[in-house]
Amino acid sequence: MSLSAKDKDTVTAFWSQVSGKAEDIGNDALSRMLVVYPQTKTYFSHWKTLTPGSEPVRKHGMTVMTGVGVAVSKIDDLTAGLLNLSELHAFTLRVDPANFKILSHNILVVMAIMFPKEFTPEVHVSMDKFLAAVARALSEKYR
Amino acid sequence: MVEWTDFERDTIKDIFSKMEYEVVGPAALARCLVVYPWTQRYFGNFGNLYNAAAIKGNPMVSKHGTTILHGLDRAVKNMDDIKNTYTELSVLHSEKLHVDPDNFKLLADCLTIVVAAQLGKEFTGEVQAAFQKFLAVAVSSLGRQYH
Repeated sequence: MSLSAKDKDTVTAFWSQVSGKAEDIGNDALSRMLVVYPQTKTYFSHWKTLTPGSEPVRKHGMTVMTGVGVAVSKIDDLTAGLLNLSELHAFTLRVDPANFKILSHNILVVMAIMFPKEFTPEVHVSMDKFLAAVARALSEKYR
Repeated sequence: MVEWTDFERDTIKDIFSKMEYEVVGPAALARCLVVYPWTQRYFGNFGNLYNAAAIKGNPMVSKHGTTILHGLDRAVKNMDDIKNTYTELSVLHSEKLHVDPDNFKLLADCLTIVVAAQLGKEFTGEVQAAFQKFLAVAVSSLGRQYH
């Protein structure tokens, strides 16, 4: 299920439409994830608060979406482009890769909420494939 | 037995009471057939499913999408015993339709996205959690009679 040329065009175009709201998207997606999938809170026990919309959540949401932006720019070779991020997640953060799927789902939900007209089924399938490809690239260095 | 909080009960009843089944059902099924194209395997006799536009305009897809939502409605009306409410439906999907139960989750995810788009800001994290919990119970009950 690799990204076709059409997928890459769709993702790049959609990202240019929505990237202005990256901070809000990241904040909402992360906040949602912590509420809907409480087991994900285990990765953030070092934060002062896990309240949706709070400072650490908002800040981290932006960090994640910045990473997504980097991935869009490296869409032609995600494995190489996300090498450093993969090492970070594999050796330092050690996030179970199942959680990439969870966060991806919540990013898609937020996109549907914030961009109901633009988030057509065609855009949805390309974004879903893209986020799955990003997750795969992030998992590269795990073992 | 599944425990539902008052908030979860009210949220589910509220969402479904305001939902247009003939709009949301077709939209969710069409989205599922586009986003997860292998699900088209169950609809060989539906005719033209060649592209997103064809799927969206296909009357058999629309009809079946509505049927699915009415099926979910039965769970909404029997939230305290979805397991038994769905026994026959589960047998049907297993013995007659031969649907891989993993597909139920795919459709559930598409339904979540469609409802999120409809409700916008009202689809808060708490509402999403309740909605996804309800769908998870429905999905689990539908898979229960498989053997």
